[in-house]
Amino acid sequence: MSTSHEPFVATGDIPASPPPSSAVGPIAWVRQNLFSSVSNTVMTLLGIYVIYSLLASVVPWLLLNSVWNASSLQDCRSIDNGACLAVIRERYLQFIYGFYPNEERWRPVVAFVLMLVALWPVLFAGAPRKLLFGSMLYPAVAYWLIWGGTIWGPIAVMAGPIVGIIVYRIVDQVLCRLMDEGIAGILAVSGAVLVTVAWWLFAVAEVDSALAAVLDIGLEPVASDKIGGFLLSLIIGVSGIAGSFPLGIALALGRRSNLIFIKAICTGFIEFIRGVPLITLLFVASVLLQYFLPPGTTFDLILRVVIMVTMFAAAYMAEVIRGGLAALPKGQYEAADALGLDYWKSMRLIILPQALKISIPGIVNTFIGLFKDTTLVIVIGMLDPVGILGPIRADQNWNGIVWELYGFIGIFFFIFCFGMSRYSLYLERKLQTGHR
Amino acid sequence: MAVISNDGDGFRLGMLVYDTRYRSYTIQIFALILFMLAVAWLLDNAITNLALLGKTFSFGFLFETASYDINQRLIDYTSTDTHARAAIVGILNTLLVAFLGCITATIIGVIAGVLRLSNNWLIARLMTIYVEAFRNIPVLIWILITVAVINESLPAPSGFRGADPAASPFLGGMLVLTNRGFYIPAPIWGDMSMAVVAVFLLSIVAMFVFRRWARKRQEATGEILPVLRISLAIFFLPTLLAFFALGMPITLEYPELKGFNFQGGVFMRDSLIGLWLALSLYTGAFTAEIVRAGILSVSKGQSEAAFALGLRPNRTMNLVVLPQALRVIVPPLISQYLNLTKNSSLAIAVGYMDVTGTLGGITMNQTGKAMECILLLMTFYLIASLSISSVMNWYNERVKLRER
Repeated sequence: MSTSHEPFVATGDIPASPPPSSAVGPIAWVRQNLFSSVSNTVMTLLGIYVIYSLLASVVPWLLLNSVWNASSLQDCRSIDNGACLAVIRERYLQFIYGFYPNEERWRPVVAFVLMLVALWPVLFAGAPRKLLFGSMLYPAVAYWLIWGGTIWGPIAVMAGPIVGIIVYRIVDQVLCRLMDEGIAGILAVSGAVLVTVAWWLFAVAEVDSALAAVLDIGLEPVASDKIGGFLLSLIIGVSGIAGSFPLGIALALGRRSNLIFIKAICTGFIEFIRGVPLITLLFVASVLLQYFLPPGTTFDLILRVVIMVTMFAAAYMAEVIRGGLAALPKGQYEAADALGLDYWKSMRLIILPQALKISIPGIVNTFIGLFKDTTLVIVIGMLDPVGILGPIRADQNWNGIVWELYGFIGIFFFIFCFGMSRYSLYLERKLQTGHR
Repeated sequence: MAVISNDGDGFRLGMLVYDTRYRSYTIQIFALILFMLAVAWLLDNAITNLALLGKTFSFGFLFETASYDINQRLIDYTSTDTHARAAIVGILNTLLVAFLGCITATIIGVIAGVLRLSNNWLIARLMTIYVEAFRNIPVLIWILITVAVINESLPAPSGFRGADPAASPFLGGMLVLTNRGFYIPAPIWGDMSMAVVAVFLLSIVAMFVFRRWARKRQEATGEILPVLRISLAIFFLPTLLAFFALGMPITLEYPELKGFNFQGGVFMRDSLIGLWLALSLYTGAFTAEIVRAGILSVSKGQSEAAFALGLRPNRTMNLVVLPQALRVIVPPLISQYLNLTKNSSLAIAVGYMDVTGTLGGITMNQTGKAMECILLLMTFYLIASLSISSVMNWYNERVKLRER
């Protein structure tokens, strides 16, 4: 028996037929994600209704019927029934600067641009490292630009650490010949710290006035109560962020230290600050702090508030970083010890880089919280963006305006805080070493 | 050859720096001295300053007449009462808004957190927008906005008047929303009403006893009772029976329009409602993220393993997923409650008289006793937060993984 015909043998691949239109493409996506079941369909319809009603009320109000050109609220209402954005147009400079003198407003702008330059090497790895020295000088420059006065004051303050370092070098050299090296080192460091503090307390004012008498370089001074609006929020927020980060690290290390007394101080401080609302600390800054300083001492309200806000954020920061320190496997600590590193070296080179990386989301959340909390300074009468609402509403032209102003302030804070949270995502991705 | 040289056991000065046994003492004594010097300096300054201003440090002012009014209060108070009583009214107001806020924030947060994980793309995105909007804008602005919404968009009490009113109460007169605040019915406690309350409290106790008994029985015999249904029955039935058997001793007083305003019922001012809503929505956004993280933290293998064991979906949820997710959710949730309580001090911005408004506001300004008032204020918040965090520690201890 033999068959007369050959069996069929395929000569090439049969092309795959396309998937049915219900499995791929936009229709399938809509089916899977929006209408996969009855409850899902109901939720989708509800969602569409919510979006529709939101858009239906906001879009005509904000975009279609809004009024940009008017001199008062009555004018606005007589032109159209939408948002009266003319108030923003007229007052946005006040929102930005508060009552900062008109002709000096270039100074905060320069300070802001310089801040971006100073932040560049801190925030992004690609920047030239040498710029970091510039960033260290930035606080004095910004202070001088915003508050004005002679240039010698900030220079004298910045000279403090330099004086301290010189004292340290000299004392160390001299004492090393006389006694044990370690003790000499400790004495030199404490001497340098004492001299630096003494310089700040007693010498700065004299140096400032002496140099100003010789060579008067300076800007028109601007009083603190003229500073307001977003400028004030940024001053408090940025200096609070810059101060609370190192202080928070120190507190976290102190709380995990083996030295019982140091631990007790740090724990007590952190728990106290975290237990009370920021408002009470602001009350302390505005009415109570002067009681605890030598009679007759007064210093700037903004500075007092910045100190309080920094302490407040540092306590929260310390807890976040402590979480990162605790999350690190014990082997890392033991390995650092086994390498023979001393405490500070092991912290600086092994522990903190990893612990800080773990705690980035928490750290950025604390920063965002701090920035939002700057609005609370209104309760002690400072003119932050919310405080600026008072003078605007007191103006007869704009009496009774609400939503436009709240929306404007809200959008400002949203942009900054949302930006910070996006930056934290970028940082997490960049530092990801792929362990997990 | 290593030679261990031990030149005597004598103590040398260098050991204070190099010997780790002594170095920690050196550092600590140094720090202690500095700390005490700083405290002494601050106290000395405070005493000098108080003396210079002719002030004394005493709490006697608490028992003087307050002579200011508080418009929202839980206990009786008139302007002839003492500052101490005003402070207590404020404390109760703080606790009221914190308590209400914690409940609603939890409800909002759980719903939003679960919906953010929903398969429905649109709903998940909507919830993301809600969470991001509330997390990135200061709570103070949300409080001002909600109060403004109430004041601007709700009808005035006069709108309810006339034959054809522009606005009408909801739920058959039980809920009246005006731009000055909300009115809800007030309970009137008649004769024998305490008996109903007693029955209610007893049935709560009975419910807990029953649940414990049911668990023991399940562990002993393996038989599973319908615990939820029976506990609900114990919760409601005896109270309802007692209520009707005693002839309905508790009645409700409805708010009624008399003259220019509503009378009767419980009046919740616009500031209370606005603060409560804003704090709930704001904290709810944070809670949503906590809930989402908690659910995501339970690995998928856990529920798959439970299904493989033959557990039904709701039993898997109750016995496997929820206990593990709650371990992650509860500690940060409690610290959100703490934040809400502290944020309630922003009441001062909308004129709700909480403890910051009475003790730290009007009392402080009237008496000039800044130091005493702020001290008391801080003590109150510290006690509140320490008690909340001790609850958290107790819970953490209870649910801690017992690892070997």
